[in-house]
Amino acid sequence: MDLYEHMGKDLFRAHGIPTPRGIVAGSAAEAAAAAEELGGGAVVKVQVQVGGRGKGGGVAICDTPPDAAAAAERMLGSDFKGFPVTRVLVEERLPIAREFYTSLLLDRSAGDHLAMMTAEGGVEIEELARTRPDALRRVRIDPLVGLRTYHVRELAGTLPPDARDGAGEVVRAMHELLVDRDATLVEINPLVQLEDGRVVALDAKVTIDDNALWRHPDLEALRSEFPIDEVEARAKERGLQYVKLDGDVGIIGNGAGLVMATLDVVAQAGAKAANFLDVGGGASADQMATALEVVLSDPAVTVVLVNIFGGITRCDLVARGVLEALDRIEARVPIVVRLDGTNAEEGRRILQGAAHPRIVPAANMIAAAEEAADLARTAA
Amino acid sequence: MSILVDDRTSLVVQGITGNEGSFHTLRNRDYGTAVVAGVTPGKAGQDVDGIPVFDTVARAVAETGANTSMIFVPPRFAADAILEAVDAGVALVVCITEGIPVRDMATVHSSLKGSSTRLVGPNCPGVISPGVANVGIIPGEICTPGSVGLVSRSGTLVYQIVHELTQRGIGQSTCVGMGGDPVHGVGFVEALELFQADPATEVIVLTGEIGGDDEERAAVSIEEHVTKPVVGYIAGFEAPPGKRMGHAGAIVTGSSGTAAAKAEALEAVGVAVGRNPTQVAELVEERLR
Repeated sequence: MDLYEHMGKDLFRAHGIPTPRGIVAGSAAEAAAAAEELGGGAVVKVQVQVGGRGKGGGVAICDTPPDAAAAAERMLGSDFKGFPVTRVLVEERLPIAREFYTSLLLDRSAGDHLAMMTAEGGVEIEELARTRPDALRRVRIDPLVGLRTYHVRELAGTLPPDARDGAGEVVRAMHELLVDRDATLVEINPLVQLEDGRVVALDAKVTIDDNALWRHPDLEALRSEFPIDEVEARAKERGLQYVKLDGDVGIIGNGAGLVMATLDVVAQAGAKAANFLDVGGGASADQMATALEVVLSDPAVTVVLVNIFGGITRCDLVARGVLEALDRIEARVPIVVRLDGTNAEEGRRILQGAAHPRIVPAANMIAAAEEAADLARTAA
Repeated sequence: MSILVDDRTSLVVQGITGNEGSFHTLRNRDYGTAVVAGVTPGKAGQDVDGIPVFDTVARAVAETGANTSMIFVPPRFAADAILEAVDAGVALVVCITEGIPVRDMATVHSSLKGSSTRLVGPNCPGVISPGVANVGIIPGEICTPGSVGLVSRSGTLVYQIVHELTQRGIGQSTCVGMGGDPVHGVGFVEALELFQADPATEVIVLTGEIGGDDEERAAVSIEEHVTKPVVGYIAGFEAPPGKRMGHAGAIVTGSSGTAAAKAEALEAVGVAVGRNPTQVAELVEERLR
């Protein structure tokens, strides 16, 4: 779960990382009031679960409360990189002397924690890592050993001497946050030194491990604050992974890998998928019915492709689920069904026996994709 | 011959009395796997269809000589279960459990350094050496004994590709579902090493997907160590690009993680990459001729 900046900064403050004073605003009027409270001038920052805000016009430096209101008005009125904007963060303006970069994350390749720091903040960090790797210090932290003083010394040693103590404290707190709150990423870009010497986190990117949310009810509760597509929300409630895409072939499959492979073969057949939907392992008749309902609720869908390989999932149950769904809802489009694996023959027999006019059986995955693509072309 | 599981496998199942645990335990035994013990805390002395249940893995190993563990316990207890199996000295742990917090897995990963125990998974379908032994949830019926070694991140793609191979009469030496979690045990690199050394394996199939850099690292390993023909498959060319929060992830891997980048990395070292599972089976067939 990617947190909004203001949520990340709440965690920062709880762990002793200095941040600018800030107020969350949901309207232009609230933004103006917040700027007034912060002394008139303010920085208005769009709150979204995606990076690249600075370059994308998601950060506005404002001189007066009316400026802040105008910036908030502009940001709240539109999407940012496709993400709906429900709030902005209004922060005090600070006199910045220098910009650094620091991050701490779980490195999936090595299975350990990796901390990074550079004195050259405010530039293209990835570019810097490639072209001048020495400028970016990296320290690996064994999860069983934890963050040690020498790690901090190595990292902060790349900064100007008068910033090292402050930055070191920030790194310690980042590590504490990562471990205590099951974060997989804590990134501060930029970490700044103010003219008075203090080191402050100007930004906060924090990602929490979804698998560990049961340990953190307060973080779990934040989930409801993120805008989510209504259909996606309904699918999630039923344990289905649904992602809306922009094509017209509705896709249902079991297992993320097989569903991705299905999107690929549909594209190879010359059509475009309308969605990604994974019914998961052991899909029951009821789950299949819900999956069909979810996919058919998208008006762009002109044909549905059901691609199931039964491992734990039994194809006879899938076949029953498809028929059950067609009892409950009106199938306005053809449904191509490919079943293989556990009890596939029985599943195919069930579908054949029902002889439903909307069901188009397919012999294999490629044939199913081609059939679906043909039907989509016919409908277009 | 085969890798990881064979006729010397002697299995203890952690979480044997649960629904899934008992169901798959018996399926594995029916397939021919020697299932010698189960573990469920507080249920020592009971049995599951004749398989004795113990309180701890150490006791199960001491009493039965089990050398392999399969784990079905719920996610919040699963990391403990892995550590317990490692501590009891089994040679192989196959963890099926999905949803283990990654911090717990990082601890497990670190404690496995220097240990002689191998971990497969978590969040994986397990390992099958067709006709010999099945440890996990891969349906034995779709497999057939032969000389293709398969390793896959996705579970259902193991099934799909094995099915395509079997339909062409092409058998498998061992199929490894390594699991899709960020921190996992045996990965492509280790599986490639094992298949390269396995006399029964003639062709290796590597099935990857978008995200991470396992495939890119596999490509490096293939160039340096693998002389057997390798056929690849990458799922997710059409998958929506993942949103990115920060820069840190990309700095670490130096890879975009896209299917195209992965296929390119594999093709650059001579791997034939199929564009769909059917093509993968055709490429394998060509290489076996």
